Amino acid sequence: MSALLELQDVHTAYGLSRVLFGISLQIGAGECVCLLGRNGVGKTTTMRSIMGLTRPSAGRVLWKGRDIAGWMPHRIARAGIGFVPEDRRVFAELTVWENLDVAERAAQRRGPWTVARVYETFPALRDLAGRQAGFLSGGEQQMLTIGRTLMCNPELLLLDEPSEGLAPLVVDRLLEQVGALKDQGLTILLAEQGVDFSLRLADRAYVLEKGTVRHSGPAAELRDDAALRHRLLAL
Amino acid sequence: MSRRIPWVLVVALVAMWVPWLGSRFYTFLATDIAILALFALSLNLLLGYTGLVSFGHAAYFGIGAYTSAILMKTHGVPFALSFPAAGVVAALFALVFGFFCVRLTKIYFAMLTLAFAQIVWAICFKWNDVTGGEQGLPNVPYPELGWMAAIPGLGQMRAGDHFYLLVLALVAVAVAALRRIVASPYGRMLTVIRENPERAEFIGINVRLYQLSAFTAAGFFAGLAGALFGIFNRGVFPDFAYWTKSAEVLIMTILGGMGHFWGPAVGAMVLTLLNQQITSYTEYWPLILGTILIVLLFGFRGGIVGALAGLGRRLRRR
Repeated sequence: MSALLELQDVHTAYGLSRVLFGISLQIGAGECVCLLGRNGVGKTTTMRSIMGLTRPSAGRVLWKGRDIAGWMPHRIARAGIGFVPEDRRVFAELTVWENLDVAERAAQRRGPWTVARVYETFPALRDLAGRQAGFLSGGEQQMLTIGRTLMCNPELLLLDEPSEGLAPLVVDRLLEQVGALKDQGLTILLAEQGVDFSLRLADRAYVLEKGTVRHSGPAAELRDDAALRHRLLAL
Repeated sequence: MSRRIPWVLVVALVAMWVPWLGSRFYTFLATDIAILALFALSLNLLLGYTGLVSFGHAAYFGIGAYTSAILMKTHGVPFALSFPAAGVVAALFALVFGFFCVRLTKIYFAMLTLAFAQIVWAICFKWNDVTGGEQGLPNVPYPELGWMAAIPGLGQMRAGDHFYLLVLALVAVAVAALRRIVASPYGRMLTVIRENPERAEFIGINVRLYQLSAFTAAGFFAGLAGALFGIFNRGVFPDFAYWTKSAEVLIMTILGGMGHFWGPAVGAMVLTLLNQQITSYTEYWPLILGTILIVLLFGFRGGIVGALAGLGRRLRRR
């Protein structure tokens, strides 16, 4: 399988504080890959480096074979990478519908995703269409953020800590919904502290530690081998 | 609600009766307010809608004023041409300066807008052959408004009243255009950028391009206001582009409330009226203005309109 996205020895720093020390990973088309690891190991920074929000100081980010490291984020979005950040903030002053509409106009990518299809995937949003997004609950905001990103018709979805701060019931529903996206053939890179959440969805997993890849392999291996999981993640 | 009522038309229809009050002074004040309201509303396209703090908005006001004055006085160009030309020239300068400004963020952006404005001011101040230098360009001619006397009901009026009605009509059209801009999908993009430029960027918005276009549009409308002000003032002077003018329009916008479309216009009105009233009692106007600002910044962040809207909401809830 040729990789849709490939990171080659990516180093990233915020000013003087270095966070990533040579991350290499691959994501094939249609795969769901998860990044695991404790807080502060560089999961979010890896995603920000892919998205161009924090420029890698060294290394290559290959999207369909083209090096996109150093591109502006809006170009990367238009190239087909969608990012759902961990703070999951929506555009609070706009209505739910306006949030989706803005994204569609912004990315200028034609594709299967329309407002109607987002409502189909997240029926709760349809009833809230005219509501100001700032007044939605945490779970609703998360759905809207994912929906907004889907409106850009991405080929790869970067999901950063989607379950963080959500009630268990809401997390279960979210899991189903993200699972459905995966079944529809969307490629997903998932960063999660919630190991259960990730391993139920992912095909493969990378375990990060101190800005490097400590382990990589099939998700099933981590799922089934409690000892390995314990050693890598100390949970 | 505000979408169904054409507020621009309502305000213009009310304001057009000012000359019938019969006082030359009221007409003078109303003209001043209408022009400054447009100036402040143009700044709010940046401040309130795009989230860009410009400390140099007077540059485009000044450029508009000089463009129209030079065309009308030096070259005898009629107002019908010099007025739009003022907007276009101001917009071109805003495009060039803005190209550099949007590369910076926050305080650096603000300082660069100020730097460009000071350059504009220095050129106006020193380029004697074209701008009249320190003396400015006095006696900018009035537009030819004789035709207005032929309209029934306007025949008895003074030239100042005719000019006021022209200003009011032009400002109303410009404000209606601004209203259309901020309510359009384009305006929503600006709102998104103000809320969070980074988030806007990763959903695919070319943030700098949008900021530059807003900067240029704001320059255009400021230029139009400047052109009117030069005629109203019977002359253009370097201090039109000076930083104190930029500060004044910022204060109007914040005083009125940058979170509401009409806020800056209300701010322009209140500041102008207060200035008139208070300077007739005391020479310490800046002292009073400073006090008002402090109260506002601590007590009423949303400005006058923000405070009124909050009060209205509370009353309705009861």
